[in-house]
Amino acid sequence: MIDAKTIFGRLGWESFPIHEPILLVTFVVVALGGIAVLGAITKFKLWGYLWREWFTTVDHKKIGIMYFILGIVMLLRGFADAIMMRLQQAMAFGGSEGYLNAHHYDQVFTAHGTIMIFFVAIPLVSGVINFVMPLQIGARDVAFPYLNSLSFWLTAAGAGLVMVSLFVGEFSTAGWLNYVPVANLENSPGVGPDYYLWALQIAGVGTTLSALNMVTTVIKMRAPGMTMMKMPVFTWTAFCSQVLAIAIFPVLTGAFAMLMLDRYIGTNFFTNDLGGNPMMYWNLVWLWGHPEVYVLILPVFGIYSEITSTFTGKRLFGYSSMVYATVVITILSYLVWLHHFFTMGSGASVNSFFGIATMVIAIPTGAKIFNWLFTMYRGEIRFELPMMWVVAFMLTFTVGGMTGVLLAVPPADFVLHNSLFLVAHFHNVIIGGVIFGLFAGIEYWFPKAFGFTIDKFWGKVHFWGWVIGYWVAWTPIYIVGLMGTTRRVRLFDDPTLQPYFIIAAIGAAIILVGILGLLIGLVVSYRKRAQLKVGNDPWDGRTLEWSTTSPPPSYNFAFTPVVHDLDAWYDMKCRGYDHPKDGYRPVHMPRNTGTAIIQAGLAAAMGFAMVWYIWWLAILAFVALVAVTVWHSFDYNRDYHIPADEVARVEREKIGFLDINYAPEPALLPAGKPGAAIPAGA
Amino acid sequence: MATTVPHAGFDRDTFHLVEEDAHDHGSAHASPVLLGFWIYLMSDALLFAALFATYGVLSTSFAGGPAPRDIFELELVALNTAILLVSSITYGFAMLAMDKGRQTAVKGWLALTALLGMSFVSIELYEFGVLIGEGATPQRSGFLSAFFTLVGTHGLHVTVGIIWIGIMLVQVGKHGLNAINRRRLTCLSMFWHFLDVIWIGVFSFVYLMGMVR
Amino acid sequence: MSAATDHDEAHGSEHGHGSKKSYLVGFALSGILTFIPFWLVMAKPVGNPGMVAILIILFAVAQILVHTVCFLHVTTSGEGGWTLLAYAFTTVLLVITIAGSMWIMYHLNTNMMPGMMTGEVSTTP
Repeated sequence: MIDAKTIFGRLGWESFPIHEPILLVTFVVVALGGIAVLGAITKFKLWGYLWREWFTTVDHKKIGIMYFILGIVMLLRGFADAIMMRLQQAMAFGGSEGYLNAHHYDQVFTAHGTIMIFFVAIPLVSGVINFVMPLQIGARDVAFPYLNSLSFWLTAAGAGLVMVSLFVGEFSTAGWLNYVPVANLENSPGVGPDYYLWALQIAGVGTTLSALNMVTTVIKMRAPGMTMMKMPVFTWTAFCSQVLAIAIFPVLTGAFAMLMLDRYIGTNFFTNDLGGNPMMYWNLVWLWGHPEVYVLILPVFGIYSEITSTFTGKRLFGYSSMVYATVVITILSYLVWLHHFFTMGSGASVNSFFGIATMVIAIPTGAKIFNWLFTMYRGEIRFELPMMWVVAFMLTFTVGGMTGVLLAVPPADFVLHNSLFLVAHFHNVIIGGVIFGLFAGIEYWFPKAFGFTIDKFWGKVHFWGWVIGYWVAWTPIYIVGLMGTTRRVRLFDDPTLQPYFIIAAIGAAIILVGILGLLIGLVVSYRKRAQLKVGNDPWDGRTLEWSTTSPPPSYNFAFTPVVHDLDAWYDMKCRGYDHPKDGYRPVHMPRNTGTAIIQAGLAAAMGFAMVWYIWWLAILAFVALVAVTVWHSFDYNRDYHIPADEVARVEREKIGFLDINYAPEPALLPAGKPGAAIPAGA
Repeated sequence: MATTVPHAGFDRDTFHLVEEDAHDHGSAHASPVLLGFWIYLMSDALLFAALFATYGVLSTSFAGGPAPRDIFELELVALNTAILLVSSITYGFAMLAMDKGRQTAVKGWLALTALLGMSFVSIELYEFGVLIGEGATPQRSGFLSAFFTLVGTHGLHVTVGIIWIGIMLVQVGKHGLNAINRRRLTCLSMFWHFLDVIWIGVFSFVYLMGMVR
Repeated sequence: MSAATDHDEAHGSEHGHGSKKSYLVGFALSGILTFIPFWLVMAKPVGNPGMVAILIILFAVAQILVHTVCFLHVTTSGEGGWTLLAYAFTTVLLVITIAGSMWIMYHLNTNMMPGMMTGEVSTTP
């Protein structure tokens, strides 16, 4: 018998939170904004352009930019959650319950952490690696361009599911790692943990494939002459980060799959009875979780290295030790995971091993800080915005690192575990380390990507807003944490704590100014782009990405570079190299494809259907997904050549990859125009 | 012509590749597909590591339900092990035929491998069916949850491999043993042998160890 | 297009190629390395279960090595050494994941879940 339950699963009218004013208002704003955006695209007839140039692209540069857009959009959502928490905690004293009930508050902190790590930090890091690394190694694209596109769209699909959970159903209340026993079926029978699990499994496949792509690209596609020890430091850190990523995401996939089995078919991996062991979930999840933070920070260390050497006009001090430090961090990061649950009860011998290992891992990081300092010493430092971010990072992150070493001592951790001191520590290193580094990277590589710099005034508003805001927001949190305040708590009895939380809320407001500085800065810079225009090498850079035009052509390099030394572009400049102006050869390029976005859409549909127990839709989406994947494998015609005279024209007219009027794919050009594919060997 | 060997034939002031050979298509590198697939297999091994670790931790969590001695039938496991090992050889012969360009032989050996694979999966499904019929369901205990998931995930991988063999039979029929198909068959070869390696872990760590304790 | 990709093939791609001999030798060795552990468990010629457990592990490791060399053709030169490096790295992480988890969980179970200690647990200290 087919009834509402068969068609809609457990989705019903009560799944829409029409009784919650905050959500209702948010929905109206989002809906209006969404309609405005869609309307504008339709009005200006941009759907064709968007589909051809962005939704079906396999160009690593465009994919990198899309990752950035996704990350910044999700930053706004995650930051909104942060403001909500700061407001609640500043208000909820002296009998006041604040404005968020417990169930809602729990979703806010869960969504905040989940979004910030999985849908802000990971996409932004992927974005910068995607855009920069192939250029730095002198390649034309990554090893697997179609997989690259799929990785992005799967991440976007996961983000979409998390966003949908705001208006249809609810999100998990179990923290950003969806802890058991809270996330067990008997404690959370609703859709929250299922939304979490499906969003992250789908995005996780994307991240795993992306890591595989980047690792293979670095190994196989370096320019001739670029041995491993002649790679730019950013490429090294990107490589190690992605090696770590591909090693750890399968473990998270396994842990989440087992929790899904518990929730969907009643297995007993992490239940409290029938032989289940919730502690094993924590073990697996942190086996992933600790190396994950190194996945995020290592590329950022690479960004700092590139910026420091460029803006001091010197080769990076201690290249080899930087490389060794990176590799050591990569390996050691896999040996410390238990420090996230010292207090779970594994005892002195286990705790001591992991405590010591955790302290040891601070050493190679310290070596890197000294290398940056020695690079700056006796250099001609130019305090452009990228360099300002580096200095802010060094002063901020070091404090966070030190509180980390403090927490690494098990007896200290027994007092501070799950206190706000811990929360301040990881925000210190993630904001002061990862986020500042990503902003530094944006300021540094934005001109390469778009051909004009970011407006300096708004760049400084962005900078000071974040740096001052961070310190004002988080110093009080360290203090209340040291005094014993627990995390994930929305009400406090002790009125003497309130001033600290008010200061923290002011800090969050200052950070908001910083974020607005970024957004306004992007708009203002776009409008002033003629004034802010730059050539191929605005910063007097040292690595190969600065040898191409800004923005680069779609194929990056008309001629594959040959490398003789570290800082390959600097070497070229010193020896007076100039690109040849003729003798172009046809360039081999991968075709765009719509398969990836379709697969991601089907995955999202399947995820949504599984969350709501809409079995027919889940099966249909899954079968379609498999069918599309198999069908795609029958497409043997995945590439084409750009003819030599077309390459010559692009080089002569400096046509960048963003040029809306240029479409090198022959299928899209009207007959008779240059750009028709030629068979190889002609 | 450029190769991946650094400095081969480049003087100190040559900073770009002069591509003499149209075959070069801008990049003198061999295909990255095989390495990429190998790295994927390594990540798959770590997925199994998580499942093995969980099985190891839950392997004595019987919750009053059946233990290995009560449910494992080593004769069936031995038969399945033999089937999988033979299928590794048949796939190996398919690869040898591929090296010699003998398309019909390739398809024959592939088909045989798929048949052996299907036997493996069928026997495993039969084993699972018997267990579930006896009440030894995945839901009964942590041990059984871990057992079914670890062995089942391996079986799922074998099933995907069989479907992939089917697809290759069609694609080799359509396009012959061209470079793309050879690469794909090589990847499938790595996949198939990798699954046999995992099975060694499964029958040793799960079935044999289970009976020894 | 096929001209360019045939060219790759002419390179003799750097992954290992098998020979009939390596497959047959591998098959024979694997057969033996499978038969013995099954026999040890089913026929029980050795009384000491701890010893049998260790032997099972040793035979499994040996057979995995046989598969690695004879079927997967992993060599020191494949892909410029990266095949073997990736394999070794994965093995290290696999050992850390499994041994580390079991060590940690053994201690957690002992301290925190007294009801869990049914039957013998792993011999990892």
